[in-house]
Amino acid sequence: MGYLGGFLVSLRQIGRKQRVTTEYPKEKAPKPDRTHGRHVLNRYEDGMEKCIGCELCAGVCPARCIFVRGADNPPDAPVSPGERYGFIYEINYLRCIHCDLCVEACPTEAITESKMFEFSFTNRADAIYTKAELTVDDAGMPQKLPWEDWRPGEDLATSAWMRATAPSGSAEFEGIVGWSAELGYGLRAPEADQEHKDAVTAGPSPSDHGHVDHDEAHDHEDHDEDHDHDDDHGHGGL
Amino acid sequence: MGMGGDPLLAGHIDLAIVLIVLLKVVLVFAFLLVATMLMIWFERKVVGDFQNRVGPNTAGPFGVLQTLADGIKFFFKEDLIPDRAERRVFILAPLLTVVPAFLLFSVVPFGGDFTNGHDGSVEIFGHTTYLQLADPAIGILFALAMSSLAVYGVMLAGWSSGSKYPLLGSVRASAQMVSYEAALGLSVCAVVLVTGTLSTHEMVMSQAGSGWLGFIPRWNLLVVGIIPFVVFLLASQAELNRPPFDLVEAEQELVGSYHTEYSSIRFALFFVAEFMNSVTMAALIVTLFLGGPAGPVLFGPGWLWGIIWFLLKTVVFLFGFVWVRSTLPRVRYDQLMDLGWKVLIPLSLGWLLLLATFWVARDQHWNGFVTIAIAGTIALIFFGLLKAAVKTSRIRRLEGVVD
Repeated sequence: MGYLGGFLVSLRQIGRKQRVTTEYPKEKAPKPDRTHGRHVLNRYEDGMEKCIGCELCAGVCPARCIFVRGADNPPDAPVSPGERYGFIYEINYLRCIHCDLCVEACPTEAITESKMFEFSFTNRADAIYTKAELTVDDAGMPQKLPWEDWRPGEDLATSAWMRATAPSGSAEFEGIVGWSAELGYGLRAPEADQEHKDAVTAGPSPSDHGHVDHDEAHDHEDHDEDHDHDDDHGHGGL
Repeated sequence: MGMGGDPLLAGHIDLAIVLIVLLKVVLVFAFLLVATMLMIWFERKVVGDFQNRVGPNTAGPFGVLQTLADGIKFFFKEDLIPDRAERRVFILAPLLTVVPAFLLFSVVPFGGDFTNGHDGSVEIFGHTTYLQLADPAIGILFALAMSSLAVYGVMLAGWSSGSKYPLLGSVRASAQMVSYEAALGLSVCAVVLVTGTLSTHEMVMSQAGSGWLGFIPRWNLLVVGIIPFVVFLLASQAELNRPPFDLVEAEQELVGSYHTEYSSIRFALFFVAEFMNSVTMAALIVTLFLGGPAGPVLFGPGWLWGIIWFLLKTVVFLFGFVWVRSTLPRVRYDQLMDLGWKVLIPLSLGWLLLLATFWVARDQHWNGFVTIAIAGTIALIFFGLLKAAVKTSRIRRLEGVVD
């Protein structure tokens, strides 16, 4: 066909059902397991709050969007196990960059991130989520506020990043549960296929560089792998 | 002829005739607006399909009202005029592009029964008239004049914006449109030569009828040879600033060029004009080369079949335009100028001369074989000379002898 061959190439695309776009508000592209969305404050299985008001999340937050004040637990009606609890907990979503550092910093896995990031406000005050809005309900599910666009599956698998990584980042703890049970979910399983993923992301040549380098490479390259894995996972989850 | 070839205006003009003309004006105006609206939707939808996207699908069934929604939105947008803009020209420029776009369609015959010796006229309220807003004796020249006028709108818009990119874009635009106007005019010349008239209605008349062997239509496409048609098609794309010749609006280089500083409904007017010109240009191609509304009448009223054939042929070309747009990348500026000046203009000019020779030979009863041999030889010699000249100039340019 020579010069005109290109016209056939484009013509063949007509009428194909395959689409590279999704009709966004109606349907959403699948989100990776480790998507960082709106935070939730978790509770233990007995209904106690996990937050102990230590303010580590507020301290680590690079955007300075978290405000926490702890208070002593009332002896007759304790809010959390232990001495103190989060008395005030506020996150300003006009500042939050969803970096997940608060989740990493939290010693009790009290704060994790769901996969829902589609929410909007009409004034600045509404952008500040308080403890009442962030804490999970009595079934352990994140509260679905009217201006948030929750889809099935987005409230599952929160804190996926936490479950994918061993405490303190040491590889020896891979696949070992180092976290407490949650209301509504029980003891969450470690992220699946950790070893398999490591094998793939490490590449064909066994790396001879140091331990730290390896961890960094793992973190960066993981994203590509995530997609394949998440498709399977997502369908199973739904 | 008087005010035109239309039998409506041939005799005494009374109030009824004025009203009929007014009715036709309103109808054509409305048709053009609706056609433009649908064209924008059609283009977005089809390009979307070509690119594995969905396209507009929310406003109305299949998103057909998307253009209307966009238009309403544009009306309510803030209308900005830059401080350094030449205010009056800045306001005038969009109108200068949109008015010729409307006027251009007035000479296009869009319906009527052309079979069995009918002349495509219809009866409205006891008066005979053509399904065409106006049929002036200058016909196709009027169309060329109007499409040239549109350059002023683009040019003045760019100049009056008081900004770099619009100015660059409008300089490109005027150079491109003037260059391709020549090729466009020369290929129209071929049609005028064989039909012997400038009137668009008579052009359609000359292409009507049962045709050769009973089924091959007597379209100018075949009468003038395929070359003027191809040249017209290419040149019309450049004239319309459509891809692959959309250098004028090259977003990546010029931030949208002449309409960069425009907002609100003034911005929309440029696009209305652009898509309206696409529709009209397709209609003109159909009129000039494919017999316009002429076609067989299968059943029912003949004039309706005229409209159906006209719309069918036009839509085929509009689809072709969109197809080209979704297939070809934009050409470079020097490629654009090369194609215009070194290929299309010599080609259409040479073909026009050959065509004229053959027609004279036929009238004078010259020996056909000798005529073809001599004309062909001369054409080949000129083609060789042109090639040599282009090659020499390229070599000298590379050597740095001339800029």
